[in-house]
Amino acid sequence: MNSTIKYFTDIFKGVLSLWAGMRVTGKYFISPGEIVTEQYPENRATLKMTGRFKGEVIMPHDENNQHKCTGCGICELNCPNGSIEIITKKVPNEEGKMIRAIDKHIYHLSMCTFCELCIKTCPFDAITWGQDFEHAVFDRAKLTKVLNKPGSSLKKKEVKS
Amino acid sequence: MSEETVEKKIILKEEDDYIVNMGPQHPSTHGVLRLEVCLSGETVNYMIPHIGYIHRGIEKMAESDTYKQVIHLTDRMDYLSSHINNEAVCLAVEEALGVEVPERVQYIRAILDELTRIASHNLWWSAFGMDLGALTTFFYGMRDREKILSIFEESFGSRLLHSFNTPGGLLHDVHPDFRKHTLEYVKYFRKKLPDYKNLLTDNVIFHNRTIGIGVMDKKMAINYGVTGPSGRGSGFSCDIRKAAPYGIYDKVKFKEILYHEGDSFARYKVRMDEMVESLNILEQLVDNMPEEGGFTAKMKPVIKLPEGEYYQRVETARGELGVYIVSKGAKYPYRIKFRSPNFSNLFVLNTLSKGGIIADLVAICGSLDLVIPDIDR
Amino acid sequence: MILDIYSFSTLTSSIDNSLHNMMSPWMATLTEFVLVGIVFLLFYALLGLFLVYLERKVCAVIQNRIGPNRVGRWGIFQTFADFIKLLMKELITIKHADKFLFNLAPFIVIIASFMAMAALPFAKGLQAIDFNIGIFYVIAVSSLGVVGILIAGWSSNSKYSLIGAMRSGAQIISYELSVGLSLLAIVIFSGSMQLSTIVESQADGWWIFKGHIPAFIAFVLYLITATAEINRGPFDLAEAESELTAGFHTEYSGIKFAFFFLAEYMNMFIVSAIAATLFLGGWMPFHIGGWEGFNQIMDYIPSILWFFGKTFVVIYIIMWFKWTFPRLRIDQMLNLEWKYLLPLNLMNTVIISFVVLMGLYFK
Ligand code: SF4
Ligand code: SF4
Repeated sequence: MNSTIKYFTDIFKGVLSLWAGMRVTGKYFISPGEIVTEQYPENRATLKMTGRFKGEVIMPHDENNQHKCTGCGICELNCPNGSIEIITKKVPNEEGKMIRAIDKHIYHLSMCTFCELCIKTCPFDAITWGQDFEHAVFDRAKLTKVLNKPGSSLKKKEVKS
Repeated sequence: MSEETVEKKIILKEEDDYIVNMGPQHPSTHGVLRLEVCLSGETVNYMIPHIGYIHRGIEKMAESDTYKQVIHLTDRMDYLSSHINNEAVCLAVEEALGVEVPERVQYIRAILDELTRIASHNLWWSAFGMDLGALTTFFYGMRDREKILSIFEESFGSRLLHSFNTPGGLLHDVHPDFRKHTLEYVKYFRKKLPDYKNLLTDNVIFHNRTIGIGVMDKKMAINYGVTGPSGRGSGFSCDIRKAAPYGIYDKVKFKEILYHEGDSFARYKVRMDEMVESLNILEQLVDNMPEEGGFTAKMKPVIKLPEGEYYQRVETARGELGVYIVSKGAKYPYRIKFRSPNFSNLFVLNTLSKGGIIADLVAICGSLDLVIPDIDR
Repeated sequence: MILDIYSFSTLTSSIDNSLHNMMSPWMATLTEFVLVGIVFLLFYALLGLFLVYLERKVCAVIQNRIGPNRVGRWGIFQTFADFIKLLMKELITIKHADKFLFNLAPFIVIIASFMAMAALPFAKGLQAIDFNIGIFYVIAVSSLGVVGILIAGWSSNSKYSLIGAMRSGAQIISYELSVGLSLLAIVIFSGSMQLSTIVESQADGWWIFKGHIPAFIAFVLYLITATAEINRGPFDLAEAESELTAGFHTEYSGIKFAFFFLAEYMNMFIVSAIAATLFLGGWMPFHIGGWEGFNQIMDYIPSILWFFGKTFVVIYIIMWFKWTFPRLRIDQMLNLEWKYLLPLNLMNTVIISFVVLMGLYFK
C-alpha cells in the first residue's frame, strides 16, 4: 500500500516540479520587456564603450600633429609577445645635436594580448587605449599599424610651473 | 633478454571494441578535449581522455617572461577564473619579496575573486543545463553573468581576460562606481536565484539525471586530487580559502560548502550554494572596503626574486591552483609550474563514468566543470 | 462559385462537379488527386517553414532574446533564406555508406508525415479523405517515420547515427502504445474512429470539457507521449545534440537534412492537429450550452481559424516543454513509459469506459 501511495505522490511531486519550471519560462515568455539582446550594427550610435575599454593601443596626437613618444623603446621591452616594434631615427634638435626620435612605432594588433604593460610602463604616457573595437579585416597585414602619424613630431615638454 | 626485463604491455583497448570518439569537436566537451569512449550498446566500458589539443606551452613561455609579463599568460589557462589565476602568481611574488600589499588591494582582490567565482559558476550552470538538454538555462545563466562582466569591463576594460593584477597590487584603481554596481549586482542576482532553483535544481528530470550518477567517494577524491567544488561534493574539505587563507580571507566570515553524497547532484549543489556564499562574502567585503590606501604597494620597476623556491596556492572556481616558482635570482623565473585543478579533475572521469551510459558521461563531465585550456596549459 | 469561409463543402463539391462535367470520371478523380497533392505539398512546405520560424521566435522570447530579425520584417523570411541555403549546400557523400538506403531515408520520413495530413479535417468540409477509421490511419501512418529514422541511422555508417537511430526505435515502439491508448479515450467517448464524426460530436462542447477529469488526463498523457513520439522536447534522445552531436541525421547535409528537419516540424503540427481535433473540438467553435448569443458570436469566427488557433495553442505547449526541461536518459524514458504512462493510460481507459457506461459525462 505504501508503495502505491509513494507511486502517486512521486507522480504528483514530479508534475509539480515540472510545472514550477514551466512557470519560469512562461513568465519570461509573457514579459518581452526582459529581452536583453543588443542589436549590434543598429545600435552603433548609442553603443558606448566604458572609458577604460581596451580596444587597441593608440598614440594620441594633438592638434599640431604632435605626440609624446620619444622613442625610448621601453614599451617594446615590456611587451610580452613582441607586438610593438620601435624604429628610431636621428634628428637634429634646436642646438643642432643629433638626438634619437621615433620614426615608426609599429603595433601589431593581431598579436596584442591587451595586457596593458606597454601603456603602464611608458614613461611619457605617450600611448593609451583606444575605444575602437571593430577590428575585423580581410587582410592580416592591415592589423599592423603605425601609431605615430606621418609627419608628426615630438611635443615639447610643457614647463611645469 | 633476461627474465626481469621482459616488456609488459598494458592493453588499453581491444581490437574489436566499439569506440566512439567524442571530441575534439563535440558539443559537450566544452573545448578541444577528446574522449575515446568504448561502448557496449549505450554502456560505457572505459574512456580514454586525450589532451594536448590546446597546449600552448605556457610554462615554458613563462621562463622567458618577467614576473609582470607572466600574469597575462595565466589569464589564458583557466580563462573563467582569470583574476584568481593572476592573483596566485602575484601572491607568490609578493610573498617572495616580502611585500606588504595595502589592505584595500586585498579587499578589491577578494571582491573580484568572488565576482569571478560567481561568473564562473554561472557559466557552468548554463553549460551544465545545456549538456543535459535544457537549452534555456544557457541563456539565463549568460544573461546574469553579463552583469558581472559589465562590472569588470567598467573597471578593467576587458571582460574575460583582465590581467588586472600585478605583483604588488593592481594595475590601476577600480572605477568609482565599482562599489555601487557590485551591490546592485548582488541584489539583482539574489532575485534571480529562485528561477535557477525552479528551472533546474528542483526539476524531477534533472534529479533523475544527476542523483546517484558518477558517485565519487571521499577517498577517491583525495586519491585523484580532485579539489574545488567537485571535491567538496564528496566531502573532501579542500577550500584553500579556509585551509590556508590568503589575502583578506581570514577576516571574512563564510561557510565552506560540503556535501557528502559525491554524486553529480552533490557537485551541483556545492556550486549553487557557493554562489550564495560568494554573495554573502561580497556583501561583507564591499561594505568594509577602505576608501583610502591606494591600489598598489611600492615596487621596484624590475622585479627580481631572491634565489629559492616559492609555492602559492589559491582557490579558483574549479579547485586548487598551485604556482610553483623556482628563481635563480634573475628577473625571469627559472621555472614555473602550475598545478592546475582541471588536470586532476579530468582523470577521475574514467573511473566515474565506467558502467554508466553516454548520457551519464555527459552529465558527469559537465558536473566536473572542466576548462580545457587549463588542462593543457 | 463564391468562397464560403464557413464551410468549404460548396467549394470542394463545385470543383468536383465541374471536373466531372469536363472529363471522364476516372480522369476527374486523377485530376483531383493531382490537385490535392499540389495543394498539400505547397501547404506542407509553407507550414513547415513557418513552424521553424515560429519555434525560433518562441524560444527566443522565452530565452530573453529577439530571435530572427534580419531577413524581412521581424525576420519572417529567415527560414526561406535558410531553405535556399540548404538547397544550395553540397550533398556530402559518405564513404562506405549504403548509398541507396542513405538517400531513401529522408523520403520515407517525409512521406510518412505527409500521408498523415490527408486525414486531418482542417475546416468544415476541408478534408482530403474521411476514413471511417481515421484515427487508426493517422496513428499507423505517422509511426512509419521511424522506419526512415532507423534506415538513416543504419545506412550512414556512423556510430553516432546508429546509436541515435536505435534510441529512436526503442522510443517509438514503446510510446506508440500510450499514444494509441490516450486517443482511445476519445474513441470511447464519441463511439467512432471517424475524424469527422468525432468533430461533429463536439458541437455542443469539446471533449476535454465534456469528459472532464479523465479526458483531461488523457489529454495530458497524449501531449507527453506525442512529444516523445515526434522526438522532441525533453525526449529528443534520437538527436541529443550534447551526446550524439546530431543523432541519426549527423551525416546528412543539404536538402536531405532539410527533409528531416521539415518532417520533424510537420510531425509536430500533425500531433497538435490531432490533439486539437480530438480533445479541443477540431474546427468546432467554442460553444457553451444555453448561451445562444455567445455561441452565435463564436460562430462568426470561421472554422479554419478555430482549427489553426487550437493547433497552434497545442504547438506552443509542446514548444514550451522543449525549452524548459532537461533531456531524459534513454532508460529513464523507457521507465517513464512502462512504469508511469502506460499504467496511467490503462487505468484511465478503464475509468473512461466506466464513465461512458454510466453516462457520467456531460452530454
Ligand atoms: S610609446 Fe612610450 S615607451 Fe614606447 S617608445 Fe614611445 S615613449 Fe617610449
Ligand atoms: S597591451 Fe601588452 S601585448 Fe599589447 S602591445 Fe601592449 S604590452 Fe604588448
